[in-house]
Amino acid sequence: MATRITVDPITRIEGHLRIDVEVDEGRVTKAWSSGQMWRGIEKILVGRDPLEAWTYTQRFCGVCTTVHAITSVRAVENALGMEVPVNAQLIRNIIQTAHAIQDHIVHFYHLSAVDWVDVVSALKADPRKAAQLAESLSDWSLNGVHEMTAVQNRLKKFVESGQLGPFATGFWGHPEMKLPPEVNLMAVAHYLQALEVQNYCNKIVAILGGKSPHIQNVAVGGVSNSIGHDAPSVLNMERLMFVKGFIDKLEKFIHSVYMVDVPAVGAFYLDWTKVGGGVTNYLSVPDCPQDSKGTIFDLPGGYIKGGDLSTFKPIKTHGDKYFQDGVAESSKHAWYHGDNTLHPWDGETEPNYNDFNDDGQYSWIKAPTFYGERAEVGPLANVLVSVAAGHEPAKKHLNTAINTLKTVGKLKEVPLEALNSTIGRHAARAVRCAVMMDTLKDQWHALVNNIGTGDLDTFNAPVFPKGEVRGFGFHEAPRGALSHWVVIEKKKIKNYQAVVPSTWNAGPRAENGDPGPYEMSLLNNPVADPEKPLEVLRTVHSFDPCIACAIHMVDTEQKEIVKVKAL
Amino acid sequence: MYSDNKEILVLGLGNILMQDEGVGVRAVEALECRYILPETVTLMDGGTTGTELLEPMRNVKQLLVADAINTGDPNGTLVRIADEQVPAFFQTKLSNHQLGLSDLLALLMLTDEQPDHVTIVGLVPHSLENQLGLTPEAEQGVEDMVEQLLVELKRLGVEPIKREKPLLGHWQHQADLEQMKCA
Repeated sequence: MATRITVDPITRIEGHLRIDVEVDEGRVTKAWSSGQMWRGIEKILVGRDPLEAWTYTQRFCGVCTTVHAITSVRAVENALGMEVPVNAQLIRNIIQTAHAIQDHIVHFYHLSAVDWVDVVSALKADPRKAAQLAESLSDWSLNGVHEMTAVQNRLKKFVESGQLGPFATGFWGHPEMKLPPEVNLMAVAHYLQALEVQNYCNKIVAILGGKSPHIQNVAVGGVSNSIGHDAPSVLNMERLMFVKGFIDKLEKFIHSVYMVDVPAVGAFYLDWTKVGGGVTNYLSVPDCPQDSKGTIFDLPGGYIKGGDLSTFKPIKTHGDKYFQDGVAESSKHAWYHGDNTLHPWDGETEPNYNDFNDDGQYSWIKAPTFYGERAEVGPLANVLVSVAAGHEPAKKHLNTAINTLKTVGKLKEVPLEALNSTIGRHAARAVRCAVMMDTLKDQWHALVNNIGTGDLDTFNAPVFPKGEVRGFGFHEAPRGALSHWVVIEKKKIKNYQAVVPSTWNAGPRAENGDPGPYEMSLLNNPVADPEKPLEVLRTVHSFDPCIACAIHMVDTEQKEIVKVKAL
Repeated sequence: MYSDNKEILVLGLGNILMQDEGVGVRAVEALECRYILPETVTLMDGGTTGTELLEPMRNVKQLLVADAINTGDPNGTLVRIADEQVPAFFQTKLSNHQLGLSDLLALLMLTDEQPDHVTIVGLVPHSLENQLGLTPEAEQGVEDMVEQLLVELKRLGVEPIKREKPLLGHWQHQADLEQMKCA
């Protein structure tokens, strides 16, 4: 007999997401992903000055502030047909890359690791054995027995205080928790160390962005940082060396901890490389522009169909026609009037709420498509697209991760298809983070070199053409391809739509009935205990869901509720 | 009493794109625009951010939080919650941002860097539409919150100096523009 499980809301994410699954004989047979609050936030932008749009868009979300600021100015620059000084491109690149590294670290250690790591079990570990294990895997300086003992004592004190705080929602003792106590202790130690490390990223963002949280240096046409050799209030070598100091400290953690922990933990969960694959069409946009026109990028983008790298088609420039013409959103299964599939420039947001209808409308999130097909976005899409495009750093770091998995899991071969899975998404995020680390260093050197040539430009003044103009900007954000679409008339915003990564991934069925990436990824997932559907959370969390900008949260109820119904 | 730099953090939380959700941000902005405060006090617009606040919150002696909260009291009620009441407050889950704030406080406890004292000055919101600017009732509520924040600061030995001419805050200015747009 089948069982219907409703998890509402999915916690440890930003926003309000409901997941329904039908389980038959211990496996998911049907799935629905539903955004539970209406979103009409872009309407605030209509009638406003396009030059100021970024100050509002960076308030869409509490996690990705910089991401929405940078994408917004790119959209307006595209509409106005502007070039952006190389220094400004590079400064934005450093900010967005540092943010991405921070986001990936926090996602793995602080938001999703507890799906795999049993924190309470770490209390039973032998700190000496935990240290031996950690030191056999990596040369990280904080893996010693002294550190492991200190972490265990601190954890003990914390658990005894009765306030589990961020650990309160874990499924401790669930039969699907497979890590030995020593691995759990190692992971908790790195959880605490990651708290310190992620601050380095915020510091880089704050130094260049002028303020944290919420950067202040973005402008349509460039950045407001002025570059000089001597004056202390401007961006000078002393400030840039300060940034470099944080970059160096980050690098060691990424390579010796994050890139080791993910495959090491994954080796204990090899079954999870066989489930959780999504729609297997992957979309990623190029990023880190190196020239003023946005035609040369450090990181490639493109589209792959059916997980087949040979189908790769590149997305090449800011304003790329292939990307521009491919994006549409279907509202057939979302609570809006009309069931049209519309291009974002023509997008409509007229709410029409009714009940949760399995075969009809059941979400506030629309269903985006790329040339009529569902597509997954995010680090997994990014890594596969990068490999297809022949991006050497991505290939190198992917090999490193696979080799660690082989060593710890005692495996002969790990096929590339294993990435189309729940664990694969975590592995791809670690690989992406290592690539971003290389990129961050490259952008810093490129900026120093460009300033060295005597180029101090950071801003081109925007000029509004007559009549209506349209533009779009994209950014490969931590959760994947983000695009903002703007229509401008008489120096005012006429229409504005943000197609955010979690809309791509969390959307409901499309016009032709095709399920979205979350929905597809849940099919065939095991569920051992319907009352504690840890497995459902593992797969949904692997996408790093964040739907504060996909929809809006006003509900004050934060307790995760699992409802189980026999069908 | 507080002699070193940055020992008191006054943190405004909320989403200014959701009407009265943004009262905390607006109250801290108003405080900054009207008063000159000593170096011991940091004022911060935290918006709805989470982990970015970890660093500024580390090891502060006094954390004052201004936020929109829903206690079940009538709309517009000014609420003060302090120290030992704070954990209980989080257990009943009343604020939209407390998941972030309570998690941050718990993480700081885990790393032994938690603030010595936490005081929350909250206002029960009237309306949470997707709209810039506050309801007229919450505009008044901001005044009450500023007064309460001044009481708290004076309790901590801080003597705010009133500016002869108040500054115009960014979000205040944007809300004024919105009114002109809608008029």
